[in-house]
Amino acid sequence: MTHLSEEMITHARQLVSLYPEPRSALIPICHLAQEQDGWLRPEAIEEIAAIVGVSPAEVFGTASFYDLLHTEPVGRYVVSICTNIACMLAGAYDLLDHAEKNLGIKAGGTTPDGLFTLEDAECIADCDNAPCLQVNGRYFGKLTRAEFDKLVEDLRACELAEQVPTHGTLCRVRRSVGLAARDSGGDIHPGTGGEPERSSSAGGGSASESEKGGVAGSGTAGTSQPARRSRRGKK
Amino acid sequence: MTLDRVPRIVTSRIGYEDSYTLERFLATGGYDGLRKALSMSPGEVSAEVNTASLLGRGGAGFPAGRKWSMLRAAPTTYLVVNGDESEPATFKDHLLLERDPHQLIEGVMIAAYAIGAAQVFIFIRGEMALGIERVTQALNEAYEYGAVGRNVLGSSFSVDVVVHPGAGAYICGEETALLESLEGKRGFPRIKPPYFPAAIGLYGEPTVVNNVETMSNLPWIVLNGGAAFAALGSGSSTGTRLFALSGRVNNPGVFELEMAKTTFRDLIFDKSLGNGIIDGKALKAFIPGGVSAPWFSPDQVDIHLDQDEVGKAGSMLGSGSVVVMDETTCALRAAWRITKFFWRESCGQCTPCREGSGWLEKTLWRIENGEGSEEELDMLMDVCDNLAPGLTWPPQQTTICVLGPSIPSSIASAIRMFRDELLVHVKEGRCPFA
Repeated sequence: MTHLSEEMITHARQLVSLYPEPRSALIPICHLAQEQDGWLRPEAIEEIAAIVGVSPAEVFGTASFYDLLHTEPVGRYVVSICTNIACMLAGAYDLLDHAEKNLGIKAGGTTPDGLFTLEDAECIADCDNAPCLQVNGRYFGKLTRAEFDKLVEDLRACELAEQVPTHGTLCRVRRSVGLAARDSGGDIHPGTGGEPERSSSAGGGSASESEKGGVAGSGTAGTSQPARRSRRGKK
Repeated sequence: MTLDRVPRIVTSRIGYEDSYTLERFLATGGYDGLRKALSMSPGEVSAEVNTASLLGRGGAGFPAGRKWSMLRAAPTTYLVVNGDESEPATFKDHLLLERDPHQLIEGVMIAAYAIGAAQVFIFIRGEMALGIERVTQALNEAYEYGAVGRNVLGSSFSVDVVVHPGAGAYICGEETALLESLEGKRGFPRIKPPYFPAAIGLYGEPTVVNNVETMSNLPWIVLNGGAAFAALGSGSSTGTRLFALSGRVNNPGVFELEMAKTTFRDLIFDKSLGNGIIDGKALKAFIPGGVSAPWFSPDQVDIHLDQDEVGKAGSMLGSGSVVVMDETTCALRAAWRITKFFWRESCGQCTPCREGSGWLEKTLWRIENGEGSEEELDMLMDVCDNLAPGLTWPPQQTTICVLGPSIPSSIASAIRMFRDELLVHVKEGRCPFA
């Protein structure tokens, strides 16, 4: 019995197969684990380590570098209010003060009911909608205090489920091609075994055809030079 | 102003509600550029890009064609797209990723063909969830359409493209840190030399790292020719470019403008662009190219959006993001917030950056809150000098990457341009703008 669900583990192995070296899938798989748990549980870290072939300490040490990977529990909704220069010039600190009062927590904190984590965030690249924020990575801009209150209310009432998935869900679209789940010790890179071929005519391929014909060709033009590498993987 | 006669090279579809769909893309000439590229030799494609003199749109402004030509000969080369747009107040790649993902994929495929890439990785900033979803969806569609994968559009060219999500770290915009992150490690910039991933890049192999906007220009360049691109702009600043305008203006946004023809005055005040300053206030200062860039004063608004001209004036066009400060803006507070950003985002490898950024941030905060002294202004400059000796532009470097030497830009600007205003904080024991 694994901590990560079977679907997650299968997808994690598929992600590994996309890269010349398994460790490259470490961060994408951490995102997957957060999709399941909302944060990186120690059990998940153990399993990620096994999947990419490094120690749990290396997964933890890598994950702890990144702001979006949480090694401590966070709320169901992570509200990240940008206070960087463009938003600051549009009153972001007033909005942050207001948010702290509304939620009853300081930036960096989580509400006792586990619903909201509030962050004083760096620029989230939506500066023409300043002051802006993200909830679980989804944008809300040009917010007044009243609009912030309404947003919190809607989130509490689960009225934005379409727009805002629970924390940790980065990408709701799964890659549909070139996902050969790899057994340990097998070929890391898909599609390098045979001659390049394409069975369907342009535009007419069904999903299953592209699955078979569109996978990683990995050849430079006119050659079949594989992108797979083994030197580093062995150390 | 020459706004009318200039073609929209990378934003031609942005106005459509469904600009991100394959249907809209194909209905508006999508993948025609790739088709044409595949009918040419890789060398011919590179030649067009060289003729276009396309400068990288990420921040450093290095010619894309030259980057490609520097690739070390090797059996395996990689193409990595830098979509880690995190420079504060920069939000143009955000637009391209969400609104025209197929254009990016087409550009990526053209570049992959030109350099003979074995595999392509599109690194997208982890905060851009919708962008990641849109590009992932577009990539699925492009595979099915036959524009990516084996025997691209019926040719003998095959290449695999992978969307790689980042996880929140400004430093990963630095290309060697990005490669480390792509290898599944902390985003620590690599020690130079080698200076270019073209020699030693991803997994030690020769790698081209290009920005999202740079890639998005390629379909147009291939379709219309490098000469048509080079005919736009002036000098080394060719083509059009996206400028992200924010701060105290009435109409912030991303604008595609012909390079070197528009001035900062146009961008900030023209009705069709920034439309002037909020409440008709006076311009105080503006940042011409991302928060790493030294500030400009109001008497510099007639400088053109031209890489060389801005460089000669002592700053940089950088990431193409312009931040406007007006008379209600506290220059010290602005410098403090920018410094706080660098302090939070320093990767921690180099002492001047790791320690210096924290000292600077704390000192600025103290002065902002009326607890500083005049000597501390000189101390700030002294610490800045440890990060970028001589405080020249472009800066000297005491660190592995350019994050550290970017920190003094805003501090030195605030002190040099607004010393009296900073001293009011010291004398009155409070911020006069609070």
